[in-house]
Amino acid sequence: MDRLVDLAKVLRSKNSGPFEITLDILFDDPEKYRKVVECGIINVQTICQLYHLKPEDICNIVFYQKGLGIKITYNRSVSSGTLRDRDVYGAQQHAPLMDILIP
Amino acid sequence: MKKCIKILSPCGILGYGFPLESFVNGLKDKPDAIVVDAGSTDAGPHKLGANTAIVSRQACKKDLEYLIAAGFENHIPVIIGSAGGSGGKAHVEWTLSIIDEIISERTIHPLKQAIIWSDIPKDVIYEEMKQGKVIPLGDTVPMLTEEILEDTTGVVAQMGIEPILEALEEGAQLIVCGRAYDPSPFAAVGIHNGFDEGLAYHMGKILECGALCCDPGTTKDCMMGVLYEDCFEVYPTNPQRKCTTVSVAAHTFYEKDHPYILRGPGIVLNLEDCEFSEIGNGRVRVKGSKMIRTPIYEIKLEGARKVAYRTFVIAGIRDPLLIEKVEEVEELVKSSVMNQYPEIPRESYEINFYNYGKNGVMGNLEPNNVAGHELGVMFEVIAKTQSEASALCSSVRSTFMHYGYQGRKSTAGNLAFPFAPSDVEFGAVYEFSVYHLMETPNGKMLFPIEFRT
Repeated sequence: MDRLVDLAKVLRSKNSGPFEITLDILFDDPEKYRKVVECGIINVQTICQLYHLKPEDICNIVFYQKGLGIKITYNRSVSSGTLRDRDVYGAQQHAPLMDILIP
Repeated sequence: MKKCIKILSPCGILGYGFPLESFVNGLKDKPDAIVVDAGSTDAGPHKLGANTAIVSRQACKKDLEYLIAAGFENHIPVIIGSAGGSGGKAHVEWTLSIIDEIISERTIHPLKQAIIWSDIPKDVIYEEMKQGKVIPLGDTVPMLTEEILEDTTGVVAQMGIEPILEALEEGAQLIVCGRAYDPSPFAAVGIHNGFDEGLAYHMGKILECGALCCDPGTTKDCMMGVLYEDCFEVYPTNPQRKCTTVSVAAHTFYEKDHPYILRGPGIVLNLEDCEFSEIGNGRVRVKGSKMIRTPIYEIKLEGARKVAYRTFVIAGIRDPLLIEKVEEVEELVKSSVMNQYPEIPRESYEINFYNYGKNGVMGNLEPNNVAGHELGVMFEVIAKTQSEASALCSSVRSTFMHYGYQGRKSTAGNLAFPFAPSDVEFGAVYEFSVYHLMETPNGKMLFPIEFRT
């Protein structure tokens, strides 16, 4: 079993506009990309569990083969930079993805 | 038609700076234009709401001096997107005052300038709202009401290429855009010269962050984009960086909700069939970027309003007995403060604790909510006025400092304050109150151009 962080070249989060956060998982090896996609673990249920989200909070999960990347976008509970926000740029919300185990 | 068009992007945000050597290298390759993005909503709603800039005046001037002089000497246009950070009237005027200073100090004359304003009058928005033509951009964005619009400092809209094309056609040498869709000022140069729109936009999307699409990536270094008839190439002008297929493809993903469908003013970019290839010397070639025009031209509106005032305190906790029950104690402190201030309505303020070292960054989303041997605590009071926020926050601080929780042994104090005074008046807190799409007949009507020399 590999951890996702060991397979991915880039693992990051960032605002996609002030009302959403987007998680990017990018690979430099088509084989690693294929392995992660095909094992099926990156799905709505996994993300909801990891991030304590409801399925309707997830805007989309897209697999982009040409870019060897996976993108997950979800709604912020608080918009960027207003009261109760904790991460104005949304740049530190990716860590829970790292320990996902890939069979 | 030229065989290719070269665009030099000096840095990711005007004022972030760039190594002079990289800029000089870029000029040696004879760019046809220098284009720089100055804006972002990343830093939150405050800049737009409070009419302040992202970078300091000094930092902006330092970068602009190089750009304006290089454009003037090489007879190539210089375009600034989203001037002043948010692109509103105050932000554009701030940028113009810096430009005026540079032009007079350096005797750069004559310089034909175009200023493209992007402030959308509220009465125009009211009219469109009545016809249902203003819609929230995202599931969690509230519907726009007259009240929210009234409270909003000012509204800007992201421009497409249309007004920038007009400025280029008129021969402007320096174009200062209000709020622009980040790739637009780059795309306009390619499209003005007759190149493919999809490729021109996609190249703009990559160049707008400076050398962030490189390995190693940064927003503080220069990039060159070369647009050909059937493809484009990007490369850093600093030999210590290179573009790779992964770094460029990764950047196509950046800050967007979808990896290959990108929506802009009046357009949709589809990058699903793009091919990225490394062609040596740190260059990457991109083919297959497609763009379609949408049947209805929609622009993105942005606005921010003041919602409250904040006072906050930063402190540390090292006592394991307190760390163990910190959330319980914080709740007790909160109710104690509320009881101390019955004269301030409870619904008019809030007291929040951020426990760094536990779940400070992710809050309720944190899957690993466990503290280490010490904890950073930031607490804040959000209230209707600064004086209420400060009065309440001072009470939170003193109550927390001396709170006699069950099992306490450190009866002299619960918090380590790094600073004296401990309480910091933050000022106003803003929120993005307008983040909506609005229909408009075309890409030019709401973006008036002013020319000057």
